[in-house]
Amino acid sequence: MDNKTLEQLKEKANIIRKDIITMLAEAKSGHPGGSLSAVEILTYLYFKEMNVDPSNPQWPDRDRFVLSKGHGAPVLYSTLAEKGYFPKEELMKLRKTGAMLQGHPDMKDTPGVDMSTGSLGQGLSASNGMALAGKIDNKNYRVYALLGDGEMQEGQVWEAAMTAAHYKLDNLTVFIDNNGLQIDGTNEDVKNVNPIEEKWKAFGWHVITIDGHDLQHIEMAVEEAKNTKGKPTAIIAKTVKGKGVSFMENQVGWHGVAPNEEQKEKALKELEVRI
Amino acid sequence: MAKIATREAYGAALAELGEKYENVVVLDADLSQSTKTNEFKKKFPDRFFNIGISEQDLMGTAAGLATCGKIPFASTFAMFATGRAFEQIRNSIAYPKLNVKIAATHAGITIGEDGASHQAIEDMALMRAVPNMTIVNPADALSTRKAIEAAILHKGPMYIRLGRLGVPEVYKENIDFQIGKGILLEEGKDVTIIACGFMVHIALEASSMLKEEGISAEVIDMHTIKPIDEEIIINSARKTRAVVTAEEHNIIGGLGGAVAEVLCEKYPVPMVRVGIKDVFGQSGKPMELVELYGIRPKDVVAAAKKAIAKK
Ligand SMILES: Cc1ncc(C[n+]2csc(CCOP(=O)(O)OP(=O)(O)O)c2C)c(N)n1
Ligand SMILES: [Mg+2]
Repeated sequence: MDNKTLEQLKEKANIIRKDIITMLAEAKSGHPGGSLSAVEILTYLYFKEMNVDPSNPQWPDRDRFVLSKGHGAPVLYSTLAEKGYFPKEELMKLRKTGAMLQGHPDMKDTPGVDMSTGSLGQGLSASNGMALAGKIDNKNYRVYALLGDGEMQEGQVWEAAMTAAHYKLDNLTVFIDNNGLQIDGTNEDVKNVNPIEEKWKAFGWHVITIDGHDLQHIEMAVEEAKNTKGKPTAIIAKTVKGKGVSFMENQVGWHGVAPNEEQKEKALKELEVRI
Repeated sequence: MAKIATREAYGAALAELGEKYENVVVLDADLSQSTKTNEFKKKFPDRFFNIGISEQDLMGTAAGLATCGKIPFASTFAMFATGRAFEQIRNSIAYPKLNVKIAATHAGITIGEDGASHQAIEDMALMRAVPNMTIVNPADALSTRKAIEAAILHKGPMYIRLGRLGVPEVYKENIDFQIGKGILLEEGKDVTIIACGFMVHIALEASSMLKEEGISAEVIDMHTIKPIDEEIIINSARKTRAVVTAEEHNIIGGLGGAVAEVLCEKYPVPMVRVGIKDVFGQSGKPMELVELYGIRPKDVVAAAKKAIAKK
């Protein structure tokens, strides 16, 4: 991408980060760490790559995105709002009684959400179903899924990994948000998920490892995935949980706690300077 | 008269209706010869997906297909569909209200020799407790054929409970099968027998045995367990003032539970439940197990007399 596009995308990523912080502080609960680690991935997909139409969220030919790590809802919601699927005011009602924006993504009521998630391990199977439907109908849309690295401990992920390779779903690309942390500690401490690359390769996937905060890396990987025929692609995105807010970065404690007013101000101040 | 298992009727219905309804796709988990989805596979190989021995993935993949306008039938044994993949059914299918038909075969103890590990006696209870779920348990071949077409036309998640064992026909023709509407098979005045699935023909046998003793039974095929047809239950209870339920399922949480909920709240009359009495099954010949677990026609007869005695 050219420099101008890169700058525009960085600007979007920054807006999305600020919205994540603001909406979580307002909700007083939710998951900042794993939302902030995935900002560049969603920014790239929604503002550079995916063929979608916010005014027609059910458009049958659209590209799809499944947030399998559904607790990352804030990054999805702020991206969708920034893209124009719904007004930004909705972000301030996150997790409140009667609100559209549920704690975890709800496809019935939220425009732009392609699959309801929240229970870890289920999103890849649904993505496979979407990719299979595309194959049956000879459609050109692509399906993207984002999984957590801790989420890979769920058995269903590997059932689905086998299915995607078996059916040669080259219209499917999975991102692993490889931030190294989950709730009770590091992946290594809780239950080692490494070696990640070798696992996906052994399941018959094309595997690319990138810096998940480098938009140009993401672009290269997505292009490579699109050019890979006969197998699905897994992009292992090395990320930093809490990215962009110094006191949240790499802190396991910031998995599922919202910032208070003071922490919010501090975070927003840091985000005044674009990363 | 040839006995046909509802799973066989299901396989035949899929293969037939696949022609008319191009959006129907079928998924299985390495049991297509037993669930009979292989009938569909033979005719429409491009619309059949074997997901392998991965029931959770089976449900999730079906959900994804449904988001793209397909009408997926996901088949495996009732035990593994509702047991292993319960949470996938709840969170990936029912909560987003996706148009997935879970057609589960080998329900109940009449699968026989495979034993308790494979005999789902709690599947309807599990599915009943899930919002947005519709549950259908047809009695014979023709009503299964009707149920499958109704399932294709119905929008939303559905659990279809099917059996392994051949069953006699209950219906010959002209059956008005509507989801959520029980079918009055025999009119009577002394007792109402409400049955589903395998127990419908047993209930009819019980009714003729009662007739010989001068007791007039009303028999209802409650093929839809959820939403339950309250009207037919209450109207019949008003007339007979004694109700028996008969199901090849735990007496907790299935048809008996559903009917009891309606009667207790809206029209209390004496009631007796026939079914598996909250115990696991075991290996054996199907009809020997039917005897051992007390779901024979004579058990329904005894229950009917008990209900009448309580009036
Ligand atoms: C099936 C299931 N089990 C447990 C949880 C609770 N939970 C929410 S997030 C999380 C940790 C996820 O870690 P990871 O996948 O690494 O996500 P990230 O680090 O990107 O936030 C857990 C255990 C859940 N949502 N679903
Ligand atoms: Mg993680």
